[in-house]
Amino acid sequence: MKLKFIEEKAVKGIMLITTLLVFLFVGSILYTIVKNGWRAMSWEMITDLPGGGFYIGKEGGLLNAIVGSLYIVGASTVLGLAVSIPVVFYLNIYLKKNAKRGSIARLAYDVLFGIPSIVYGAFAFTIMIYFGLKTSLAGGIIVITLLIIPIFIRSMDEIARELPQDMLNASYSLGATRYETIKVVVRQIAPGIATATLLSIGRAIGDAAAVLFTAGYTDNIPTSLGQPAATLPLAVFFQLSSPIPAVQERAYAAALILTGIVLILSILGRIITNRFSRNKIQ
Amino acid sequence: MNIPLLNKKIKWYNRSDWNETELKKGFFRPDQKFCTDDSRRSNIVVEHLNVSIQENLILKDVSATIPDRKITCIIGPSGCGKSTLLKSLNRLLDYTEGVKVAGKVLVDGEELYAPGVEITHIRRKMGLFSQRPCPLPMSIYDNIAYGCRIHGIRNRKKLNMVVRHYLQAVGLWEEVKERLHTPAGRMSIGQQQRLCLARGLAVEPQFILADEATSALDPISSKTIEDLFLKLKEEYAIVLVTHTLRQALRIADYVIFMYMGEIIEAGSAEQIFKNPQKELTQKYLAGVFS
Repeated sequence: MKLKFIEEKAVKGIMLITTLLVFLFVGSILYTIVKNGWRAMSWEMITDLPGGGFYIGKEGGLLNAIVGSLYIVGASTVLGLAVSIPVVFYLNIYLKKNAKRGSIARLAYDVLFGIPSIVYGAFAFTIMIYFGLKTSLAGGIIVITLLIIPIFIRSMDEIARELPQDMLNASYSLGATRYETIKVVVRQIAPGIATATLLSIGRAIGDAAAVLFTAGYTDNIPTSLGQPAATLPLAVFFQLSSPIPAVQERAYAAALILTGIVLILSILGRIITNRFSRNKIQ
Repeated sequence: MNIPLLNKKIKWYNRSDWNETELKKGFFRPDQKFCTDDSRRSNIVVEHLNVSIQENLILKDVSATIPDRKITCIIGPSGCGKSTLLKSLNRLLDYTEGVKVAGKVLVDGEELYAPGVEITHIRRKMGLFSQRPCPLPMSIYDNIAYGCRIHGIRNRKKLNMVVRHYLQAVGLWEEVKERLHTPAGRMSIGQQQRLCLARGLAVEPQFILADEATSALDPISSKTIEDLFLKLKEEYAIVLVTHTLRQALRIADYVIFMYMGEIIEAGSAEQIFKNPQKELTQKYLAGVFS
């Protein structure tokens, strides 16, 4: 057999093995969570607030953390989109290609992208101390928004840069202003926006470090922006560090819920993306 | 192929057409919807235009006049500045980095590169028709309605008439009338190119700027487009950049030959093809270089 056919087979084999390996990771993580958390899982876990003896293994659930997480993720996704969509359109439509201002801005977002979430948390904490604020839902939302804005911008920018100049020219030559052109190209990059949103939600819902100092933890559902809010990653963190086995199991149950939420959002996102990409020009 | 004639002055909608499109009241002409004054029509005049992109001089002191209701072909070898000249006619060069423009382009007496000029209404007068068809990411119907919507026509019935009129004008109506609301990207390339033409015509331009409009198409589709151009020149001034000398020979009334960013020779098609004055033109037409 010729060398090039051996190469072909070997490369294909390597690809197959690595693909399986990643699959194995996902499988083993899910297996661990399900195996350890299944016994603690019940309706009570999802529908109830923690009871008096919850942290020593008695009655109650994780509703506080579920609702807190959803509040923070929902609000910060909306805020993040509101900030990053104008940025992306400014970079790609209002600025000329390869403009200096654009590359400086992109560099800045790359730096932001690389900053670890604990640093965001610590930064926000210092500012909150300076203004004399307590840990609160609002603090958590703001920090998570800051955390996901670079993700939004980076992933949408990648797609917006692929926008064909011909398409923009076609719109301009009909006499459209740049704002009217944006309304057109939004349809082209809608799948990209949806993907960016999914990525950001995944990052936002799973981040423990940023909300540790800013949103705090509580056994109640926050009723105003000024109250602290619990989050699922912190629920996992606190309960896993407990010495009581029943509580540790609940940590896995919380992880299971977290993964479940991400899974549901991903599936929903896929469906929505497919619907949005209907009009996309290949 | 049956292509209905698009003629603003003569063709009038008869009553049965009106009922079909369910327009119950009022007079509405899809081809005169913007109430613009057509009497002030004139040529595009380019005077001493110099364009440089990132310090490279692309157009050198170009002066030309684009006559109304004629097909003007710009011919010349690759990289001689044909497309740049075309783009400078409706200021699409604005979006390229490092472009410097000096000189004048007058459209209907309006100076294009004067400071503070409001460009969108001038662009509306010039339908751009690019090399590869570029449908907008929306349905076939919306592709045509888009231009009208941004210029203020929002009435659904009026839009229905407009869409139908222009799809008929480019001979697409019979092919797509069942699937007006499916994405435009699913049509064939030849259909997309005609859709783009219909989209451009729907905003009632006076000039059609075509940048190698048929080079991506199969012979039959490009024949369709050429036939359309021959009909459209009764209404519009058409500027066609082309690589294909044979195409220029077939349809041009007026030819501009460019080489290295300069206009070498310009004149009527007969004069240029039969009796070229300059040596370069003779060589190019003889195929010595291309």
